[in-house]
Amino acid sequence: MNILNILDEIEKVDGEIYERLSPRRSAMRDFFNVGKKISMAAVPLALGGLFKKAYGQTNPASVNEVLGFALALEYLEWNYYNHALTLANSTYIPDGPARQAITTIRNHERAHVDLLKGALGITGSDQYVYADFDFTAGGTFADVDTNYQTFLKVATAFEDTGVRAYKGQAPILKGMPVLTTALQIHSVEARHAAHLRQMVAANVTGASGLKPWIAYTANGNDTGVSAADAVYAGEQNTTQAGVQITGINGTAVTQSQAAESFDEFLTGSDVKKIANLFIKTGKKLA
Amino acid sequence: MKNNELETKSELQDESLFKGSLGRRSFLQYAGASAAGIALVAAGCRKDRGVENVMTGATLDFKNEIGVLNYAYALEQLEAAFYVKVASAPPSSFTTAQKAYFQDIQFHEIAHREFFKNVLSTAAIGSLEVDFSSIDFTSASSVLGAAMTFEDLGVAAYNGAGVRITTDAYLVAAGKIVSVEARHAAYIRDIISNGTFADLSSLSALGADNSKGLDGALTPDKVLAAAGKYIKTKINAINL
Repeated sequence: MNILNILDEIEKVDGEIYERLSPRRSAMRDFFNVGKKISMAAVPLALGGLFKKAYGQTNPASVNEVLGFALALEYLEWNYYNHALTLANSTYIPDGPARQAITTIRNHERAHVDLLKGALGITGSDQYVYADFDFTAGGTFADVDTNYQTFLKVATAFEDTGVRAYKGQAPILKGMPVLTTALQIHSVEARHAAHLRQMVAANVTGASGLKPWIAYTANGNDTGVSAADAVYAGEQNTTQAGVQITGINGTAVTQSQAAESFDEFLTGSDVKKIANLFIKTGKKLA
Repeated sequence: MKNNELETKSELQDESLFKGSLGRRSFLQYAGASAAGIALVAAGCRKDRGVENVMTGATLDFKNEIGVLNYAYALEQLEAAFYVKVASAPPSSFTTAQKAYFQDIQFHEIAHREFFKNVLSTAAIGSLEVDFSSIDFTSASSVLGAAMTFEDLGVAAYNGAGVRITTDAYLVAAGKIVSVEARHAAYIRDIISNGTFADLSSLSALGADNSKGLDGALTPDKVLAAAGKYIKTKINAINL
């Protein structure tokens, strides 16, 4: 392993790398001096710092927009779960596996917030706090703070929205290392969604058939929560990149399985419309 | 995030140290050489441009997107073959609901497999020969354990390969598939042990990081090495 290879590789895509680094000899000196003091395992971190100094903000504006958008959604999710877990009524989210699962999910959302804040170079307090949200969505989910079933319905909608939101932003991050990180968050949201759907199936009246994956319905919404229709719009799609999946190549793939086998994406503007239902005036996403 | 990318490329290359270079470049190289400790541990990232091996079996050429799509096709073939076998004769202890959901999963994987086959058309690799001799299909724990392995590995494979995809439509398609694989993984994990749907600390070998809330992500060579015991067909991955 060799730092010079890294510089060589960068030179192939950025012929100016040596120019960029050299005017900043202090940055290089800092880096190599640090290298003498820190453990070997920490070197990649120091290396990241070097490049940050050489390039300043390395993310193109469009990438920062995506990360900022993702961060807003993570704030929403984290505040939702964190608030619910702090409510005094332990029968609201029952002790045991339910509370443990919501805690696991809450902690992941916090980790995502911290990760994205770090990627954007944001230090200090969160830009969104609980008071910036209205998780009743203007009264649509009026008992969200007291009714466990309502809590689960809204949580499922948030996770399924998150899955669709990250997917929709992927082309902007195409070919960039940050895409990998976004995908690693994306699949965690999908794991959350699958588990919450199972919690809904076990606890919400009339929802016992809800699957971990999104089944076909005429309008895409298989949850029975009509207020969440916008979250699932288009999930009924069975054509992918021009290929009809139902009965593909003579197989017995049904219409529902065809819709289930591919999750759909949402555009940024559609996701913002959904998120803004839960964000108070003055803090809404533009 | 740059570091992650660099760390995954682990080819050892020291020749640059001895290259003659001029100006700022040589200053930097001198500085690098003088910090030998750093040079030894910093993640190198020269790509392997070695001579291609003589191939038998299937070749995945990652020089372009076709290789990535064939890679996904190979993994979906493996998953589909597994679930076809499970769904045709589920372990006797499976509940009615579990049998129905394994039917669903079977057809999801078949849909994925056929999707890639059609997209690749004449560029598609052939059918893989699988080896499930290590799985006891009458045992629920054996079947669930294998299913979990396939799904978690599949998620890490798509997450790690996404960055190699160059066409928007295929990147989106891969994104549409990977979240369904993650749903499968969560469902299967919850059957094995409720609450482990996103136990990221158990997935660190696949590149997951629980402290950052990140799922697995692996490069194709690592995925193929992990999947190798289930595939008889020799798969050559080149131009990684």
